[in-house]
Amino acid sequence: MTTTLPISEQDQSHPDSGHEDHPDHRMFGLATFLVADAMTFAGFFAAYLTFKAVNPLPDGAIYELELPLPILNTILLLVSSATFHKAGQAIRKDDHSLCRRWLLITAGLGIAFLVSQMVEYFTLPFGLTDNLYASTFFAATGFHGLHVTLGALMTLIVWWQARQPEGRLSAANHFPLEAAELYWHFVDGIWVVLFVILYLL
Amino acid sequence: MTIAIPPESPRLQPTGWLRYFSFSVDHKVIGLQYLVCGFAFYLVGGALAGAIRTELASPVSDFMARDVYNQVLTLHGTVMIFLWIVPVVNGAFGNYLIPFYVGARDMAFPRLNAVAFWLIPPAGLMLITSYFLTGAAQSGWTAYPPLSITTPATGQIIWILSVLLLGGSSIFGGINFIATILKLRRPGLKLMQLPMYCWAMLGTSILVVLSTPVLAGTLVLLSFDIVAHTGFFNPALGGNVVVYQHLFWFYSHPAVYIMVLPAFGLVSEILPVHARKPLFGYVTMVYSIMAIVGLGLVVWAHHMFTSGTPPWMRLFFTIATAFIAVPTGIKFFNWLATLWGGRISLNSAMLFSCGFIVNFVLGGITGVALAQVPFDIHVHDTYFVVAHFHYIVFGGSVFVIFASVYHWYPKFTGRLLNEDLGRLHCALTFIGFNLCFGPQHWLGLNGMPRRVAEYDPQFTLINQISSVGALLMAISTLPFLWNVIQSAFTGPVAGDNPWNALTPEWLTSSPPPVENWIGEAPLVEEPYGYGISPDELDLAATSGRDLWSSGK
Repeated sequence: MTTTLPISEQDQSHPDSGHEDHPDHRMFGLATFLVADAMTFAGFFAAYLTFKAVNPLPDGAIYELELPLPILNTILLLVSSATFHKAGQAIRKDDHSLCRRWLLITAGLGIAFLVSQMVEYFTLPFGLTDNLYASTFFAATGFHGLHVTLGALMTLIVWWQARQPEGRLSAANHFPLEAAELYWHFVDGIWVVLFVILYLL
Repeated sequence: MTIAIPPESPRLQPTGWLRYFSFSVDHKVIGLQYLVCGFAFYLVGGALAGAIRTELASPVSDFMARDVYNQVLTLHGTVMIFLWIVPVVNGAFGNYLIPFYVGARDMAFPRLNAVAFWLIPPAGLMLITSYFLTGAAQSGWTAYPPLSITTPATGQIIWILSVLLLGGSSIFGGINFIATILKLRRPGLKLMQLPMYCWAMLGTSILVVLSTPVLAGTLVLLSFDIVAHTGFFNPALGGNVVVYQHLFWFYSHPAVYIMVLPAFGLVSEILPVHARKPLFGYVTMVYSIMAIVGLGLVVWAHHMFTSGTPPWMRLFFTIATAFIAVPTGIKFFNWLATLWGGRISLNSAMLFSCGFIVNFVLGGITGVALAQVPFDIHVHDTYFVVAHFHYIVFGGSVFVIFASVYHWYPKFTGRLLNEDLGRLHCALTFIGFNLCFGPQHWLGLNGMPRRVAEYDPQFTLINQISSVGALLMAISTLPFLWNVIQSAFTGPVAGDNPWNALTPEWLTSSPPPVENWIGEAPLVEEPYGYGISPDELDLAATSGRDLWSSGK
C-alpha cells in the first residue's frame, strides 16, 4: 500500500477516477437521493390515504381544511420554481447580479411560504394529537416544511456563494446552484402531490 | 490515506494500521472497516443468541427474567440484521470489490462512503449501551405497536434512533453503489460484462433506495406516538396498527433480499473460480436478480396473513410470493450447473458455498410453504418461522460471508488462511447450524410460539438439542478467529493471484496499491472464461450467455 502517484500524473492518466468526488456524477447521486426522499413522502401519503379509507373519524372530531391559504402557498411555490429557473439561466449567461436577484426572490418566496404555513397551522381548528387525520396532516406538511426550510437555506447559501468576488459560481461551473435548483423543484413537486392528496381529496 | 490530497496538505491521512481507525476515503480501507466492525457486532449478536439458547434449554425462565429475555431477543435481531449482515454483505464486500469490478480507482462518492461507514459504530454502541443504561427495547426487531408503545419508552426511542442512523448509512451506501456501477465503469466495459456481484449490488441498492426511506418515515411516526402521544398506531387513540405493519414490511421484506441478493452475487463469484468453469447462465442470472428486485417490492403482506388481511390481498400476495421461487430456482440450478463437471477444489471457500446451496434450498422450500395462507396461519409466529428465517439469513447469507472471507482473505492481506482450520470451521458451523435450527421446524409445526422465554415442558428435549447446536456454532467461531488472526502474521504468502482467478480484483498485487492498479485498469470482457483457451472461447456453448437471445 505504499505506491502513490503524484496528483498531477494521476489526473492526467485517469481524469475520472481519483479518490475525490466526481463532479459529473454528483447530480446523478442527488437525483438518486431524491428518489429515496420521495419514497419517504410516499409512505406518509399511503398511511394518510389508508387511514382515510378504513378509519372513520370518531364522533365530535374536527378535521376541516380551508382552501384559500393553501392555494396561495401553491402559487408561491410554483412561482419560486420559475424564479429559481431564471437564476439558473442567468448564471449560464454569466450574469451574476441578475442571478443573485432571482436567488434572493426565490428564497423570499420560500420564506413567505413558511410564514403562510405557520399562519395556517395556528388558525386550524385542530391540533397535532386531536385525531388520526390531524396527526398525519401535521406529519406530512411538517416534513415538507422541513424540506422547504432546508431548500431556502440552500438557496441563501448559493446566493452567498454568488456574492463571492472570486466567483464561486460561473457559467462553466455552478454545481451548487444546479443541485439546489433540482432540490427546490423536487420540493415543489412534492407540494403539488401533497396539496392534491391532503386538501383536494 | 488518499492520493487526491496533495502531499503538502496538512490533512494527510495516516498510513499503516492507523488508517483503519481514521476517516479514510479509500474504498478498500472502508470495506475492511465494515467487515471487522460487522464481525465484532456478530460476536455480540452471537453472545446474545447464546443467552437465548441457554434460557431456552429449560422450559421455565430461570436464566433471565422475562423482560431481560425480551431485551436480549430484540437486541439479537437488531444487531444481527442491521449491524452484521446488511453492513457486511453490502458495505464490506461491496466497497472492497465493486470499484475493482467496474475498473475504477474508488467509489463515486468517497467521502459519502466514509460517512456511511462511520454512522455504524456510534449507532451500534448506542443500541448496545441502552441495555446497561435504561434497559433496551423489548418489542422485538419488528417493533410492532401497540407493544412498542406500551413497553418502556427510553429503550424503544434509542432503538428507533439507532435504526434511523443505520438506515441512513444504508441509503448513502446504496446511492454510492448505484452511481459507481452505472456511471463509473471503465471505458469499453459493457454492463453485460460485469461480474455477477455488480448486478446483485445494483439490484440490492435499488431495493435499499426505494424501501429504506419508508421504514425511516414509519419509525419517525412511531416515535411521535411514543413521545408526543399522537395516535398513528395506537388503537386506544383511534390509530391503526395494521398500517404500521404494512409500512414496516414494505421495508423489511425487501430487507431480506438486501441481505441475501449480495450473497447470491458473492457465491456466483466464488463457484466458477473453485470449479474452474464459467458461471452458467449469465444472462438468466441477471434477469433473475432484476425479477427478484421487482417482485420483492410487492410481496410484503405475506408477513401479515393473520393481521385481518382481506381475501383478495391474501390471494395477490400468495401468488406474488410463489412467483419469487421461479427466479430463485433459476439461480439455484445455474449454480448446480456451474459445478457440474467442473474441476472442483474442496477448499474452505467452496465448502462454505456448497453449505450455502444446501441450506438455502431448505430455507427456500419452507419459504414457499409459508407463502400459502392455510399453512401460514397454522405456523404463524411459531418456531417454524424462526427456523425458516435463520435458514435464509444464517444458512444463506452468513455461510456466504464466511466463504467470501476464505476466498478474498489472500487479497485483503496477501496471506493464505490455514485450510485445515477452515474445514474444521465449516464442519462445525454446518453441523451446529443444522442441529440448532433443523429441529425448530418440528417445534413450530407442533405449536411452540416464538419470542417467549417459557414453553410447554413437552418441547424440552428438542429445545435442548437445539441449544447443543447453538453451542457448536459458538465453538466453531474459535478456529475461525484463531485462523484469521494468526494467518495475518504467519500465514503462507499468497502471491497476487493464488486461485488463478480472472475477475479484475485479482489482476493486481495482494494487497492492492492505493490506486488499485499501477497504470491502466485492465479491461476484463469475460470474467468467467475458465477452462478454455481465450481464442476458442465459445460462450454460447460454455456459459449459456447467448441462450437467452438466440432462443436455443
